[in-house]
Amino acid sequence: MTKISMNVNGKAVSRDVPDETLLSDYLREHLRLTGTHVGCDTSQCGACVVHVNGRAVKSCSALAASLEGAEVTTIEGIAQNGELHPMQQAFTDHHGLQCGFCTPGMIMTGVDMVNRYKAEGRDLTTDAIRHELEGNICRCTGYHNIVRAVEDAAAKM
Amino acid sequence: MYPTKYHKPDSVDAAITALSGAEDGKFLAGGQTLLATMKQHLAAPSDLVDVRGISDLSGIRMDGDTLVIGAATTHAEVAASADVNSACPGLARLAAGIGDPAVRHMGTIGGSIANNDPAACYPAGLLALNATIVTNSREIAADDFFLGLFTTALEEDEIITSVRVPACAKAAYAKFRQPASLFALVGVCVAQTADGARVAITGAGEDGVFRHEGLEAALSSDWSASAIDGVEVSADGLMSDIHGSAAYRANLIKVMAKRAVAAA
Repeated sequence: MTKISMNVNGKAVSRDVPDETLLSDYLREHLRLTGTHVGCDTSQCGACVVHVNGRAVKSCSALAASLEGAEVTTIEGIAQNGELHPMQQAFTDHHGLQCGFCTPGMIMTGVDMVNRYKAEGRDLTTDAIRHELEGNICRCTGYHNIVRAVEDAAAKM
Repeated sequence: MYPTKYHKPDSVDAAITALSGAEDGKFLAGGQTLLATMKQHLAAPSDLVDVRGISDLSGIRMDGDTLVIGAATTHAEVAASADVNSACPGLARLAAGIGDPAVRHMGTIGGSIANNDPAACYPAGLLALNATIVTNSREIAADDFFLGLFTTALEEDEIITSVRVPACAKAAYAKFRQPASLFALVGVCVAQTADGARVAITGAGEDGVFRHEGLEAALSSDWSASAIDGVEVSADGLMSDIHGSAAYRANLIKVMAKRAVAAA
C-alpha cells in the first residue's frame, strides 16, 4: 500500500492504495468518479482517457502510484459553474453519441487535441481530427457526428 | 493485475539497486506495453522500478551533429522537439505516428527499444539512422542492439540512459498500420547516411527488425523510389499470420520502402 495524493478536478485527494492500482481504478473505485469508463482490457479503446498534467492519457495504462502530486482532470471536472464545456455541448448538439459509453474518453481526447493544436498554432482539419481519434473506439454511432462535434467545439474553444 | 511493489528511484544507481534487490523486478518507463501485459497476466513482476524519476534520463539536446534523446523522453516530446525536427525530421514524424495521442503522451523511446516488439516503430528508425544506444555501462550500436523478438543486447541490470542519433536530413519512415493495434504490419525506415543508404524493416521479420542489403545497395547507387522496382525482396524469414502472409509482407516492404523514399 502506498499513500497517493493528487489534485483531481481541482480538489486535493489522498488515498492508501495497493501499488498495482491503475489510475482508472483509483478514480472509479477509490474516488467514486465513475464518469471515467473502462471499455476494454487491452488498453485500446480510449474510453478511460483523462488529462494528467494537461495531457490526455489512458487512465487504464498508468499506475496511480506513479502519479503522486499529479493534476488530473476527468470528465466530471470540465463543466464550469453548471455550464457544459463547449466540447460536451457540441457532442449534444451534433448527436455525437448513441449509447454514450465511449463519450467521456472521446470528449477528453477532443479537448486535448484542440488544446494542443491551438498551442502549436496548427490547423485542426477534419482529417487531423480523424487521425487524432485513432485511440478512441465507438461501437455504435460511428464517427461522423463525433468528428463534427469536435470541429464545432474547436471553433468555440 | 497481480500485486507488485512500486519503486521510483531518483538515480540510475538507486534504480539498479532496487532492481537487483527484487525477486523478479522489471524497469517501468512509459508502461504502455508493460502495464497492458500485466493486465493480461502475461507478466507479473514482483517489483516495478520506474525510471521516470531519474533526471538524467529526460530531455533532448544536440551534441555537435548528434541528437541525444533521454531514454525516458516520450514519443510526443520527440515528435514536437525543435531539435529533432531540424536535425532529423524523419524521426520526429516516426514518433508522431506511434500508437495514438494518449500512448504518445506516456510511451518512451527507451521503453520501446528495450521491449523491442517485432512490430514497433522505433527499432526500425534507430537501426536505419545508425543510432547508438547509451546505457549506464556502455554504448551499443543499433546494429548490435536488436537481437530478436523482444530480445536486445541489454544485460538484466542494465538501463538505457539515452539514444544518440546522427543528424540525418534525408530519412523517412513509412508504416502500413495494423488498424486494431496501430502497430506496423510492415514499417520501413530509409536513411541517407555517411555510409550510404540504410534500410530497416519492422513488423515483417520472424526475428524482429532487420536491415535489407538489396534495398540498401539499390538506394545507395540511386536514391529514388524507382530504384526499388528491380530489387527482389524474398518472403523467406518473414512472418505469416492472420493479418498477412509472408509473401504479402514481402510485397509490402517494397511498397513501404518506395513511400518512405518519396517522403524523405
